[in-house]
Amino acid sequence: MKRKATRHKKLKQELKATTHNSLSLAATLRMHGDALGISLLRLLRTPFSSFMAIIVMAIALSLAGSFYTLMSNTQQLMQGLQSGKQVSLFLDEQLSDEAAEDFARTLLDNHKVERVSFISKEHALAEFQQYSGFGDALNALESNPLPAVIQVFPNNIVQNEADLNGLIAEFQLMPEVDFAQVDMNWVARLQGIIAIIDRFVIIIALLLAFAVLLITANTIRAELQMRSEEVIVQKLVGATDRFIRLPFLYSGFWFCFISGILAWFIVSLMLLMISEPIESLSFLYQSHFEIHFMSLFESLIFVLGSALLGTLGAFIVINYQLRLLKPE
Amino acid sequence: MLTFDRVFKRYIDSSDALSDVSFHLDKGEMAFLTGHSGAGKSTLLKLIAIIERCSRGQLILDGQNLCHLHERDVAYLRRKLGLIFQDYKLLLDRTVLDNVILPLIVSGMSHHDAARRGRAALDKVGLSLKEKKYPLTLSGGEQQRVGIARAVVNKPALILADEPTGNLDPELSAEIMTLFEQFQQVGVSVLIATHDIELISKLNHKVLVLNQGHLTIKNEVILEETIGETA
Repeated sequence: MKRKATRHKKLKQELKATTHNSLSLAATLRMHGDALGISLLRLLRTPFSSFMAIIVMAIALSLAGSFYTLMSNTQQLMQGLQSGKQVSLFLDEQLSDEAAEDFARTLLDNHKVERVSFISKEHALAEFQQYSGFGDALNALESNPLPAVIQVFPNNIVQNEADLNGLIAEFQLMPEVDFAQVDMNWVARLQGIIAIIDRFVIIIALLLAFAVLLITANTIRAELQMRSEEVIVQKLVGATDRFIRLPFLYSGFWFCFISGILAWFIVSLMLLMISEPIESLSFLYQSHFEIHFMSLFESLIFVLGSALLGTLGAFIVINYQLRLLKPE
Repeated sequence: MLTFDRVFKRYIDSSDALSDVSFHLDKGEMAFLTGHSGAGKSTLLKLIAIIERCSRGQLILDGQNLCHLHERDVAYLRRKLGLIFQDYKLLLDRTVLDNVILPLIVSGMSHHDAARRGRAALDKVGLSLKEKKYPLTLSGGEQQRVGIARAVVNKPALILADEPTGNLDPELSAEIMTLFEQFQQVGVSVLIATHDIELISKLNHKVLVLNQGHLTIKNEVILEETIGETA
């Protein structure tokens, strides 16, 4: 009896709450939970059209995602190039190979030098004959025209271009050195080109994100049109716009959340497929470059970001369309 | 309960759909609203449900002036009403019970509590065995009773019915009217728009006659001659 009385009281309170403009926390949570479930059910109830929309969005998102990973990989590659800075010292022609080797050893005393590598005249000629394709022509020469070269690899004390130029000036003053050179210009040019491509990639990624927003908006608009009768009945029995809007927002969320996960797999698969040829290519350059996949954090941002994009797309279109939908 | 005080409704580019309409409906009072097609019956009901807005005058429901009610308060006002339609307006992909509890769900009640009240409402209209059925498997009369259960589940102060028996035969219509009288007896105000003169004449309630937007209040006795004159 007492239980019945409290229940009655509870019902009365609930009914009172319904006539006021605020919902209790429990009711709000229930509303969100229901909307989350309803929207997923709706998506599953039209599997074909949902699937098509999801695939289209996944492709757009995977393009954006692969551009991003391409960018982060080139950045990693560029860092590798910078750490591979080296100075070539072309030695005086009169210097004998023995003297040259001694000189190379003295260079190691310099605190800015990590290691050196000596290439003798003969070695230089042999290498040139092998790779240049001028093999026979070089045989016709009376003497070896190539100078001996010492490749100097600076250590971490040399950090920027100014440091490197200072080191070159230092070497240039030495009598054994005919000519000191660092070929960093091409690196700088490459960096310039990559900066342009980076910006281009960002613009394309933004365009793709916008496309995803529009696809979601259109999908949600179609869903609202399909459910216009239901929405009108809901309005007639006292549903607020907030209540009607919620399942559609979650629809947008689900669409892009699933698309985001799918796109993540597509990007990872793409990277996996190119990682082998890239690694064998980098092996040819005697370096070891490993493809950089999306980190856990990046993956989370990617998937949640696309889900947010979908929710936003749904929000924009629902707010506009719901105002037009009125009972007659 | 409900007061119309010199209410006008004019649609854009047309003459007055309602012109200088005044009447009062008490708590627990039942009234019929009749007149020819296009006389303004639906328009009058739409003003109360704020599907349309009045152009001039005062429309007071429960102390609130509906002519100036803010758009964001419309949903909350509709929860005080029970709306019944000629075409039932049921959701065909939901069960009878889910249709009935819709007003409770949209106002934030839990499914459990709503289902309990929904069953009680279905019981009142004599459909307690059909709660798991889908609307299209029911007859027209049953569907309308589902519509009525949905209208009363929120314990509204005022029931508005627009041609509720328009698609039903006389026998079923009489049953539906009996249901309305039962709700009236427990203190709910009921306003029924209908052109079914025969049905009205059998029941002893206030009759509001609309003729080209003008309202006259009659009682049952002189109804037939009034209709005869205007016809």
